[in-house]
Amino acid sequence: MAASAQVLPAARVSRLGQTGWAISDALVMTRRNLLVWFRVPAYLVFTVVQPVMFVLLFRYVFGGAIPVSVSGGYVDFLMPGIIAQTAAFASFATAIALAEGMKQGVIDRLRSMPMARSAVLAGRLLADAIRMLVTVLVIVGVGYAVGFRFQAGLAGAAGMVLFAELFGIVICCVSGYIGLAIKDQESVQAFGLIWLFPLTFVSSAFVPIATMPGWLQAFALHQPVTLVINAMRAMALGGEVWTPLWQSLLWLGGALLVFSPLAVRAYRRG
Amino acid sequence: MSLDRAPAAILVEELHKSFGRVHALRGVSFAVPRGTVVGLLGPNGAGKTTAVRILTTLTRPDSGRALVEARDAVRDAASVRRLIGLAGQATAIQVELTARENLEIIGRLTHLPRPVVRERTASLLSRFDLAEAADRPARTLSGGMQRRLDLAASLIGEPAVLFLDEPTTGLDPRGRLHMWEIVRELSAAGTTILLTTQYMDEADALAGHIIVIDHGRVIAEGAPEELKERAGGDVLEFTVLERSELAGAAAAVSGLNGREPQPDGETGRVTVAVGGASARAMIEVVRRLDAAGIETEGLVLRRPSLDDVFLALTGHQAEHELRGRSGPRRRPAGSAAES
Repeated sequence: MAASAQVLPAARVSRLGQTGWAISDALVMTRRNLLVWFRVPAYLVFTVVQPVMFVLLFRYVFGGAIPVSVSGGYVDFLMPGIIAQTAAFASFATAIALAEGMKQGVIDRLRSMPMARSAVLAGRLLADAIRMLVTVLVIVGVGYAVGFRFQAGLAGAAGMVLFAELFGIVICCVSGYIGLAIKDQESVQAFGLIWLFPLTFVSSAFVPIATMPGWLQAFALHQPVTLVINAMRAMALGGEVWTPLWQSLLWLGGALLVFSPLAVRAYRRG
Repeated sequence: MSLDRAPAAILVEELHKSFGRVHALRGVSFAVPRGTVVGLLGPNGAGKTTAVRILTTLTRPDSGRALVEARDAVRDAASVRRLIGLAGQATAIQVELTARENLEIIGRLTHLPRPVVRERTASLLSRFDLAEAADRPARTLSGGMQRRLDLAASLIGEPAVLFLDEPTTGLDPRGRLHMWEIVRELSAAGTTILLTTQYMDEADALAGHIIVIDHGRVIAEGAPEELKERAGGDVLEFTVLERSELAGAAAAVSGLNGREPQPDGETGRVTVAVGGASARAMIEVVRRLDAAGIETEGLVLRRPSLDDVFLALTGHQAEHELRGRSGPRRRPAGSAAES
């Protein structure tokens, strides 16, 4: 094999330009990541079991004690919140996979190859976005089984799912940066993503904010996850969409502007 | 093309690299002629990995040059990546996927056309005795098989220069020998190989030229035999039966050819470099031990291993952490150890 080894493989490389290869590499990495997910049934189950438990817990255990002023009752109030939380928690996988890749040298190994350097992050994000979409759709299905109904038509339903997806991708960028920076999956699991809990629970996801003490309301009302959930709820059930939508888009855009360059930098530095 | 005039497949000049206050490399220079196997030998933390990381475009040096086939690993990193393969620790493998899938994915990421990927995957699987396990998840393969799969992955792009980073660390003896065999085959086929290892016997077995590095500096280099000569010729070794007699035994055999014996408190073994006149030295040692009334076992005269070389060059044993040895530490030989 060495006789040909002295020749640069450039001649064998087909005509895709640099951008073409970047896309091709990202898709190969996406496929690799999704294959891992499909190959291990436990991953599949864990991905959906936790949000399903949340649906059942809040629908049947806590829900009766939480008064809401939504026409379909608590289950309609609950589902957009659960779906937003599901999308946000999907980023655990992103952070853990990147931390593991950094620690065990997998990412280094890929960076020593002629593939596009962007493909590791792009492939991770794309695979996680697809996984997130599947999970969200499963949860919508479970929601339907326990009485949830979209009330603002197909466009509203699709809009809510897509917005949840966008929200989840932004959170994946933040978590991905944390994973790349911490470089240790146990630490990521233990405390790297702990900030997601107050953000998703001290929000309008599970209870009306008016039931919280005043000092907490100030935070809950204005934090981005509440804005995202309010926009999703309005898309799912009807109501004023635009105000929470543009406000949350500002937050999401800001987070993306801050954290994606940070993530890329952490990745480059290795 | 300048490639043909390039004197070496790998050329490293005055590499410096610090991580904070840790000076990983303090002016390392060496060359690897095309088609040869060169061993980069040193204990943990010597700077081997940093040198390989710079050559494989993963880390930038603070100063100095690193060239692979006359291409600069910093300024022309993209070309370098097309020329090299990096293997060793089983890092290219996604354990949930099958051996075949792993190779095909790496092949795709190397930008080879699909039919070429399929063809090379099949041939690498059979060449590395992985054909039967090709469609099992990689996590079910033995450590040795995973290492071979990892090496196969780095060969799918048919690299001209291969970096093997401690390819046998953690393998059982059989896996180790199998890996050695593969490295020899690759070398016979003309691939240039830079091999890092902490195992003296591995460098001895595979490399025609060895570069010894310690604390970020090249402290010696040469053919294995040359390095052994520098360690002071043949080595005489025996073990005392009573641990309490260790110091007495060392004292009894001191002053042979001007080299001090090395007693090992843990194993009770005494090592003496005896230079050229080894038969006479052996007789002398037996006489002295007999006169001192010290009982020993396993008295042997052997060619120096690279362990002895490392000890002679640096004044400390290279592998004491790994093998749990804790021989006496002499002060480093200082300027004598400079290359």
